[in-house]
Amino acid sequence: MRPVRALFPAVFAACSVLPLCAQGGGLSVPKSIEAGSAFSVQSSGSGPGTIYIVGPGQVLKRDVQLGQQVDFAAGTLYNAGHYVVFTGGGSGQSGSLDVVPANKPADVGFLARPSRLPVGLRDGITGAVYLSDAYKNLIMTPTPVTFQLSTPAGSVQTRSITTRNGAAWIAMDSSPKEGAAQFVARAGDISATRVIGQVPGDPCGLQMTAKPAGQKVELETAPVKDCSGNAVPDGTIVTFTETHGDAQTTVDVPLKRGVAKVEMPAYPGATITVASGVVLGNQIRWGR
Amino acid sequence: MTVSRAGLVAVAVLGGAATMAGAQAAVHVQPSHLEGPRPLAEQTAKAAVQDYVESWQTLHTALAENRVEVLDRDFVGTAKDKLTETIQQQAKLGMRTSYQDRSHDLQIVFYSPEGLSIELTDNVEYDQQIVDHDKVVTTQHVTARYVVVLTPSETRWRVRVFQAVTE
Repeated sequence: MRPVRALFPAVFAACSVLPLCAQGGGLSVPKSIEAGSAFSVQSSGSGPGTIYIVGPGQVLKRDVQLGQQVDFAAGTLYNAGHYVVFTGGGSGQSGSLDVVPANKPADVGFLARPSRLPVGLRDGITGAVYLSDAYKNLIMTPTPVTFQLSTPAGSVQTRSITTRNGAAWIAMDSSPKEGAAQFVARAGDISATRVIGQVPGDPCGLQMTAKPAGQKVELETAPVKDCSGNAVPDGTIVTFTETHGDAQTTVDVPLKRGVAKVEMPAYPGATITVASGVVLGNQIRWGR
Repeated sequence: MTVSRAGLVAVAVLGGAATMAGAQAAVHVQPSHLEGPRPLAEQTAKAAVQDYVESWQTLHTALAENRVEVLDRDFVGTAKDKLTETIQQQAKLGMRTSYQDRSHDLQIVFYSPEGLSIELTDNVEYDQQIVDHDKVVTTQHVTARYVVVLTPSETRWRVRVFQAVTE
């Protein structure tokens, strides 16, 4: 009787490279292959038969001569997953095969939020990535991912995170200066970019001045800026409130060219305040 | 947590391990071991697990009857594309495959910080029956570990990545 090794030299050669060869009822199948790589299956017996390789990701069916090695070319089986391998025709040979993702990233699935936020917000920008190979299989091998947030003003934050279970995440601060930031996730030579709009924050140090204008008082803010010195955008509402005795007058004014300006009745002894959103500015008591 | 496709009796997902015995598959949910800064609300975790377990019924129907349109409710993106491809291959070869899940051992492992994806692992056991031109050619009991990524849609979590991995 010839040794089994002599009967199936090609399979044993493959198994010497891939030591995990499944043996199931006469069928020799590599236990695992990299997605898209070539592989061989060896059955026992003789005569015509059929080899099936079936999983949720792919289905292959090949008419073969039992007892002969069947070669599957590169690119034939590429969706990662678990496959059952068996021969038809009642020969009862079966095994299994795991297709594992290639380790080289070919696609970066990048989820970034938000698309727009105020400047200077700690951990305000978050991103998560899922890495896939060329066949869109999720790469489970820990892989370094570099996250980079850069602004037109030149500030750059860079962090490197290693994926776990195929995913990596990051939280970064929005920069002090307004403008569109480039948020990049990179793995190897593959990257994905998202644009994050960084807008001025709430007004900071809101100040107004008052001067007489006939029977009225003219109120005008200083240029309204956030705490990082970015000009608060025109259209932002500034609220002037005048209190005189039991009477109160409120006027909402949108910023125009960076300032808000209004005329209100000049009641001697009136108290006038200015605010924008939740930010309160200075207070003026109009002289008698 | 008891979640079966037929009728779910929910137990805490986050607080501790839980077991559920459904009409078809037993589902065990391990305490979440989250990567990421975002806390996972119990209601969100329950919904994701329930929708995922239900997706196996869709998988079963779609691949046993070669019906691509069935996938729409539970699968999206890469997972849907790959299952669609499989159904097309089966139809071309005159084959059908029944995936009947028997048990799930689930753990949520990642909730992305922006809340747009949940990743879980599933040590699943299922029976895989393969039919070629209306003849059953094999039935096998399979144990596998799946990595699943779910993303939210209008009404439910859908499976975006559905991939068996080598342990």
